[in-house]
Amino acid sequence: MTATEAPPRAAAEPPVHKPSVRKRLIPYWLLLPGILWLLVFFVLPMVYQASTSVQTGSLEEGFKVTWHFQTYWDAFTQYYPQFLRSLLYAGTATALCLLLGYPLAYLIAFRAGRWRNLLLILVIAPFFTSFLIRTLAWKTILADGGPVVGVLNKIGFLDVTSWLGMTEGDRVLATPLAVVCGLTYNFLPFMILPLYTSLERIDTRLHEAAGDLYARPFTTFRKVTFPLSMPGVVSGTLLTFIPASGDYVNAELLGSTDTRMIGNVIQSQYLRILDYPTAAALSFILMAIVLVMVTVYIRRAGTEDLV
Amino acid sequence: MSTLFTRLRRDLVVIAGLGTLAYLILPNIVVTVFSFNNPTGRFNYAWQEFSLDAWKDPCGVADMCGSLSLSLQIAVWATLGATVLGTAIAFALVRYRFRARGAVNSLIFLPMAMPEIVMAASLLALFLNMGIQLGFWTILIAHIMFCLSFVVAAVKARVLSMDPRLEEAARDLYAGPVQTFVRVTLPIAAPGIAAGALLSFALSFDDFIITNFNSGNTVTFPMFVWGSAQRGTPVQINVIGTAMFVIAVLVVLAGMTIGNRRKKAQPK
Repeated sequence: MTATEAPPRAAAEPPVHKPSVRKRLIPYWLLLPGILWLLVFFVLPMVYQASTSVQTGSLEEGFKVTWHFQTYWDAFTQYYPQFLRSLLYAGTATALCLLLGYPLAYLIAFRAGRWRNLLLILVIAPFFTSFLIRTLAWKTILADGGPVVGVLNKIGFLDVTSWLGMTEGDRVLATPLAVVCGLTYNFLPFMILPLYTSLERIDTRLHEAAGDLYARPFTTFRKVTFPLSMPGVVSGTLLTFIPASGDYVNAELLGSTDTRMIGNVIQSQYLRILDYPTAAALSFILMAIVLVMVTVYIRRAGTEDLV
Repeated sequence: MSTLFTRLRRDLVVIAGLGTLAYLILPNIVVTVFSFNNPTGRFNYAWQEFSLDAWKDPCGVADMCGSLSLSLQIAVWATLGATVLGTAIAFALVRYRFRARGAVNSLIFLPMAMPEIVMAASLLALFLNMGIQLGFWTILIAHIMFCLSFVVAAVKARVLSMDPRLEEAARDLYAGPVQTFVRVTLPIAAPGIAAGALLSFALSFDDFIITNFNSGNTVTFPMFVWGSAQRGTPVQINVIGTAMFVIAVLVVLAGMTIGNRRKKAQPK
């Protein structure tokens, strides 16, 4: 704005509505504390971690920034099985969550009637019970020789999963299946809630319309319901896959040394082995992989209004 | 014939949905049942015999109730901090147009789009580099940080769906900015703020990964449970787990009843 056009503008507006400097600063004052918090405790730590990842040295002698990018390559080549395993487990758990969560979300959104609130509570309530306690309960449920494993064995389920390399013999605990089962269980509510939210928004008259046009229920689902629930599917799969790929609790409690995920490696590098540069490099590689996958996925799913 | 198939298919959704619900609830049932167990060894994984001992003396295990009260304290402070900071950000984002709005949106979104362990490790890198003592304060700082985004998301959703004409009406009726905010804006945004706060509390109280990295020698309740998985799990853990489930269900039920009553009281 130039000085010549400023005075007539100010004069044209009634003095009461003149947007004062104080008023224009309001959004910045509102943002300041929270954004500052995120900058100091979210962005700055990333910078520190980036610097840690290119340091060399030891705990005794101290670490120095030496721009040693070799650490990234070494860390990746040494631990790529754990990376692959994490993505595989997280991907399988996400697919299972979608498969298991969709019917329940659908049920709550369209068929529950007056039971809707109760069902929703039962989905949310696990959030408030310690997830570690519940994960430990899976040790009891999947115990060797227990009823669940017995039934799975009898119906031949374990033969199939053994063939797939998910279980060994007639036990489930300490196998990949147990880890995937725990991951699926832990992140299922994060799938159901977004699915429910987007299903609930669907106008049921669209279902009737599809029926009037002689669409069979399955066609209605495929052509109307499912496409309309895509925002829920996208955010649900993201909310499941992202935390699952970095999880180490399920692999630790329900798995064995053969099921270690990248989270387990990062955790032990940071907290037990104290090799900070390698740990930092590993967590940056994980972050990069997840961010790239998520970006590609959001582009392809075409829901950029998600955020 | 076709109606039979339709029925079957419709019921299939119900059966599959209830199956998933059973999968979700099964561990809670096991936790409850095993809170009445009297295990012989250090671990409470196999059923031995019925006993009420753990319920009679829930704090009978060394350090457990201390860790529980610490977790509650941290959750309360983290909820307060994240709710205040997050609500302010949400209002700024929805109500004002300003420079760097896109950047702020991305900054809010990022913590939710990142595996928790990455944030946990980077915070540890910060604290180590700066020589900050790990403990109560580092846990609290971390919890406020990751709860913040969830509060912003919850409040934003609510404020976005708010009718701006209600505030205009208040102003037309000569309410000042403060009065408008306190009497009109805040009550309408309250459910979103409450949802954000409730979510913060649950996330903070239950957080393990970030706490595991940034707690030092401080033991929160999830840390206690984690340790017990290695050393031996006392039955009292199941008592706490059961109590938490029951309390959560009651609180949410009460909240929903109040919400429903409000809705009925003022038909839109």
